Amino acid sequence: MSLEAKVQIKSLSIRYSDGTESLRDVSLDLYARQINVLFGPAGGGKSTLLRAINRLNDLVEVAERRGEILLDGKDIYAPDLDVVALRRRVGMVFARPVPLPMTIRQNLHYGPQLAGVRGTRLDELAEKGLRQAAIWDEVKDRLDEPASSLSGGQQQRLCLARTLTLEPEVILLDEPTSGLDPISTAKVESSLQQLKEAYTIVIVPHSVQQAARVADQAAFFLQGELIEYGPGAKLFTRPSDQRTEDYITGRFG
Amino acid sequence: MKKSSWWEFGIERAVQLAGVSAIVFVILILLFLIRESVPGFADVSPGELLGERWYPTEGRYGLLPLIAGSLLVVLGAAVMALPLGLATAIFVAEVSPRWAREVLKPLIEVLAGIPSVVLGFIGMLVLAPSVRILTGAPTGLTAFTGSLLLALMALPTIVSVAEDAIDAVPKSYRDGALALGATRWQTTWRVVLPAARSGILTAMMLGIGRAIGETMTVMMVTGNAARIPKRIGDLFYPVRTMTATIAAEMGEVAQASTHYHVLFVIGISLFLISFLINLAAAIVVFRQARRSERVLS
Amino acid sequence: MSRQASQRVAFALISLAAALVIVAILFIAGTIAVQGMGALSWEFLTGVPGDGMKAGGIMPAIIGTLLLTLGTAVTAVPLGVGAAIYLSEYSQDSGFTRAIRIAIINLAGIPSVVYGLFGLGLFVLFMRFGTSILAGSLTLGIMTLPVIISTAEEALRAVPQSFRVVSTSLGATRWQTIRQVVLPQALPGILTGVILGLERAAGETAPILFTVAAFFLPRLPSSIFDQTMALPYHLFVISTQVPGMPIRIQYGTALVLLCFVLSMNVAATLVRSRFRRRRQW
Ligand SMILES: Nc1ncnc2c1ncn2[C@@H]1O[C@H](COP(=O)(O)OP(=O)(O)O)[C@@H](O)[C@H]1O
Ligand SMILES: [Mg+2]
Repeated sequence: MSLEAKVQIKSLSIRYSDGTESLRDVSLDLYARQINVLFGPAGGGKSTLLRAINRLNDLVEVAERRGEILLDGKDIYAPDLDVVALRRRVGMVFARPVPLPMTIRQNLHYGPQLAGVRGTRLDELAEKGLRQAAIWDEVKDRLDEPASSLSGGQQQRLCLARTLTLEPEVILLDEPTSGLDPISTAKVESSLQQLKEAYTIVIVPHSVQQAARVADQAAFFLQGELIEYGPGAKLFTRPSDQRTEDYITGRFG
Repeated sequence: MKKSSWWEFGIERAVQLAGVSAIVFVILILLFLIRESVPGFADVSPGELLGERWYPTEGRYGLLPLIAGSLLVVLGAAVMALPLGLATAIFVAEVSPRWAREVLKPLIEVLAGIPSVVLGFIGMLVLAPSVRILTGAPTGLTAFTGSLLLALMALPTIVSVAEDAIDAVPKSYRDGALALGATRWQTTWRVVLPAARSGILTAMMLGIGRAIGETMTVMMVTGNAARIPKRIGDLFYPVRTMTATIAAEMGEVAQASTHYHVLFVIGISLFLISFLINLAAAIVVFRQARRSERVLS
Repeated sequence: MSRQASQRVAFALISLAAALVIVAILFIAGTIAVQGMGALSWEFLTGVPGDGMKAGGIMPAIIGTLLLTLGTAVTAVPLGVGAAIYLSEYSQDSGFTRAIRIAIINLAGIPSVVYGLFGLGLFVLFMRFGTSILAGSLTLGIMTLPVIISTAEEALRAVPQSFRVVSTSLGATRWQTIRQVVLPQALPGILTGVILGLERAAGETAPILFTVAAFFLPRLPSSIFDQTMALPYHLFVISTQVPGMPIRIQYGTALVLLCFVLSMNVAATLVRSRFRRRRQW
């Protein structure tokens, strides 16, 4: 099976307006139908990179961005690019589950409705997302309750389902299981294994163990620099950089 | 897609315009005050404006008695309101049991809500006679009566702003002082109040600013005699303030007369005074550093 | 004096000051309530003043104040909420925004009688609206603007940033995010601010003295270019300008005005507390 580079990051550097340089000259390919893992100690620029891929960084004051990001070969920072359409193609799940202050159903309808979907199709998308996120059975009878009434683990899977309702091509997950119990974590991870059949998955795991568990491809970030990347099987057994080895064997970080 | 981005653009411009309207109104207000007061400056020389006699019917437009009247009433109010307001704020934030706070806070909101004309009314009917009896003065409509009511009107501002400032002092300051063996009062007095001082200063400035601009109450209870107070005892005689002069006389002057324009001269002076006070208060607030918010990560 | 003793003295003084404030407020409200109660009757509320205002009711003044409050709302709410949305959701921290903030602070500090002068100069004379409900509403509206802007902005900023980020990540434009997520969450807070701003406008006298208020006008206004009576001005008139006014009517008018204004205060408090209980963050 040949690898298809869905997202190509080329010499990307990002500096925030307070002067923090979060990414320095990062070049990296993210592959379709793979779980791409970005890992490394906190402050390495992983979240910054994720937010660059769906241009959520537009919401914060980024002072300077150099380099480019290509999605299917097209520059996502091109002036004529439709940002809203981009964000529908590149969905995101955050570290802390943030259900919007509405019912579960409304949370799930939110994205598709904005995209112009109407009628029964909304509920179909909702159900499909919930099933893919392995939470359908738990919430199917309480869709009209406030989303905040769910437990933390359920909320996070709801957020994953909500992202899936848009039928995106790329799913970005920023430490999606950092606040979850082991059972919920296992459910999310197994959903990801199924989702990767159809999607490009980019995940920042919350631990090295998780990184090693899920990675098809892995990239190690340290203080804004991409130290090395390659197939997970190789990187976690025979890293080529000493710093990577130190990190995965727990000698620092 | 085109349509929605035009819509987005339109909304952004519309709300931006609403924001700009604040600037436009300030400029308009200033422009109209200038426009209507300039003939006043032309008709009446600066020397006359600083004169000691305000007899518009005789063509005498000395503003000194009005300025002095305003100052006296406001100073009197400040002397009463500042300690009382600060003490009440400390009471609410640091001393009071819960139930007392639950009673006091809505009551202070009620006080803030009482229209100035109602306070003036009570002042005339209830306060002034008591002042007359207590001081033995010929009338109870005095600068002191005005100060008393103005103090009351400035209280809600002082209390709420000062209380916010005291509340904002981090708990760790208090804990630190208490751990070193300070009593609660020592902690409040030596640690909390100094840490909250810029907020308290803002509270006092805003309270005084409120008092300077107050019109109806002072007009109703200060007797409105345009004479210059010279001794501290004059606190117990009638005075006339700048605001009351405008309110009382604007209704009766002929438009575009000198008298009309001089009333606008008083208006623009009040505008500038309040502007300076509020700007000073704002600078204190602006200086507090703001941290930029971060997106979820 | 020992440390404990000085603490006791200080706390006693502070409590005394607070007690003084409580007593003063209760005294004022109590006096008006007790004395004014006697004047209240159906005729007083719905009747027209008669016998040189020494008899009859105050209905035209009540209606006038209602109309002015409405006019103030129409002027100040769209502008104020719009400006707040701009400041909280769109503006960056630039010189331009700072100028807007300084303007708002300035507007908030201008004495009410100066607003009256301005309204007279701009609306009554320059724009030739005459002394009218229109001129009065615009004047009161501009005066109320800063209150509404600051409270509405505070309410908008209290909505967690994470909602905006999530909504954006789901393909919402900025305005869609505001419309669907931010505004509904901030609405109770905005409403509270609006009511408090209108409360203040309803009780003001100085800004309407030369822009709208009629000394005595027993009929109701028929258009926005008419003058109208208003409760605060009416109270001023009957307590200072009309000799031999029955004290009962004065207190009755004061009580009606106070109730009008304080009921808005209570409404604001109710909105705020219901909101606190309901919100999910
Ligand atoms: N909004 C922001 N403004 C300024 N600096 C930021 C912002 N977000 C992140 N940073 C900084 O950028 C660097 C990288 O952060 P981040 O991308 O969150 O790393 P990671 O997700 O790998 O922990 C850190 O030094 C962090 O402090
Ligand atoms: Mg991160």
